[in-house]
Amino acid sequence: MITYLFLFFALLALGTAILVVTNKSTVNSALALVFHMLSIAGLYLLLRAQFLAVVQVLVYAGAIVVLFLFVIMLLNLEKEENLFAEFSFKHAAAFFAGIAVLAQLLYALGSWTGVLPEFADQMIAIGTVEAIGDELFTTYLLPFEVTAILLTAAVVGALMIAQRKLKSRDQ
Amino acid sequence: MAELTFSLIVMGISLFMLLNSAAVAVYAERRIAAFIQNRVGPNRVGPFGLLQPIADVLKLILKEDVTPTLGNKALHTIAPMLPVFTALITIAVIPFGEGIYITDINVGVLYLLAVASLGVYGVTLAGWASNSKYSLLGGLRAAAQMLSYELPMGVAVASVVLFAASLSVVEIVDSQEVWWNIIRNPLGFIIFTVAAFAEANRTPFDLVEAEQELVGGFHTEYSSMKFGMFFLAEYMHVVIASMLITTFFLGGYHLPFAGLWLPEMSPVWKGILDVSVFVAKTGFFVFFFIWVRWTIPRFKYNQLMKLGWEKMLPLAILNFVVIAGAILLYNEFF
Repeated sequence: MITYLFLFFALLALGTAILVVTNKSTVNSALALVFHMLSIAGLYLLLRAQFLAVVQVLVYAGAIVVLFLFVIMLLNLEKEENLFAEFSFKHAAAFFAGIAVLAQLLYALGSWTGVLPEFADQMIAIGTVEAIGDELFTTYLLPFEVTAILLTAAVVGALMIAQRKLKSRDQ
Repeated sequence: MAELTFSLIVMGISLFMLLNSAAVAVYAERRIAAFIQNRVGPNRVGPFGLLQPIADVLKLILKEDVTPTLGNKALHTIAPMLPVFTALITIAVIPFGEGIYITDINVGVLYLLAVASLGVYGVTLAGWASNSKYSLLGGLRAAAQMLSYELPMGVAVASVVLFAASLSVVEIVDSQEVWWNIIRNPLGFIIFTVAAFAEANRTPFDLVEAEQELVGGFHTEYSSMKFGMFFLAEYMHVVIASMLITTFFLGGYHLPFAGLWLPEMSPVWKGILDVSVFVAKTGFFVFFFIWVRWTIPRFKYNQLMKLGWEKMLPLAILNFVVIAGAILLYNEFF
C-alpha cells in the first residue's frame, strides 16, 4: 500500500511538474503547481516528516501559489480566447485517472517492495516539531539567524520599492 | 482496531452534525435577523418555520444550473466544492470531549492553519472562472483579504501554543482545564475572533460579496446547487470558526475552572457532559457571528486592509512577544 502511494504521489508530482512547464494558460500552470506542492507534501508524509508536509501545504500551496494566482488574475496577461481554450473537465479527470492507473501498473508489474526504507522509531522522531525546533535553535542557530536577516532585508527592500512608487504617484 | 472503529464512528457523527449544522445556522440566521430588525422571519414551513432550510434546498435543487458561456466550465464546477471540502476536513483534529476526537496529530494546529489557507482557492477560482468583472473583483478581494488576515490569525494561535507547549490540539485543550486561554490571553482571543470573521468572509468583512458594489461578488454567476454549495460552505465555515474559537480560547469541552471542582465521572457521563458543553459554546459563537452581522456595518476595503496590516498584525506580534517573555520569567522564577 505504501509503495503504491509512493508511486502515485511521485507520478503525480512528475506529471503536474510537466504540466506547469508545458501548459499555455498561466492560470492552469498555477493550478498544476498547487497539485505538485500537495503531492510533494504527500511524499514527505510517506517519509514520516509530518512537520515538513504540513508546512509545505501551509506555505507553498496556501500562500505562495495564491499570490501567483492573484498576480496572474490582476494582470490578466493573456488574450481572451487563449484563457479558456486548454482546460476541460475531461482532460483533468483523464489526467488523474491516468496517473492512478499508471501507478497501479508499475506497482503490479514492477512488484517493487521496500522502495521506502524501514523507519526506526528514532528516525520518525526526527520528523516531529519538537526535534526540528531543537535542532534549529541549537545546532543550526547561525544559519537560522542569517536566514532571518536575509528575509528581513528582502521585506525591507520590497517595502522600499512599494513606497517609492507611492510617492512618485502623489507628486 | 477498537481505536480505529471509535475514530470512524466519531468521524461519521461529526461530519453528519457539521453538514446539518449549516442548515440549522441558516434558519438561526434568518430568525435572529428578523428578531433584530423587528420582523417575524420564516414561520410558515413547519412549526416555527423549522422546515424552512429543507424548503430552501429543494428550491435550489430545482433551479436551472447556468454556466457563463465564455467562462471556464471545469473550474466553474470545481470551485464551489473546494470550500465545502476544506470545511469538512477541518474537524479531523478538533476534540469534542475527553478522548473524543478523530485523530490527534503532532502538528494539529499547523494542519488547521494549512487547511484554512487552502480555503482561498474556492472563492478566488470561482471569481476567475465566471469571466465577469464583478466576480473577478470579488475573487481578488477574497484572495487579498484572506492572505492578510491569515497572518494575525497565525500569530494569535502561536500565542496559544505557548501556553500548551505543544502543537497538538488535544493538548491545547488539556492545558486549559483550569484557566481558559480567554483569561490568560484576552488580546489573542480578540485578534483571533476578528481574523476568524475575516476568514469566514462574514460582515463586517464581507467585501467579497458586497452587494452595493459587486452585485453578488464572487458568486454573481452561480445558480442552483453550485450557489447552494457556497451557501453551505459559508455557514459551515461559521460553525468551524466557532469551534476553533471554542477550542483555542474557551477551554474546548471544559467547564470553567473544571480542574478545580469537577468530580470524577464515569466515561459515558463525562463524554455526554463534554460534548454538551462543547456544543453549547460553539452554539453561542454561531449566535455571536449572526449577531455581529446584523449589528455592525461593512468596512470600506482600504479600512479592512489598514486594520489587518497596521493594527492587528503588530498587536498580535506584540502580544506574542509579551506572553513568551512572561512565560519564560514564570518558568524561571516559580
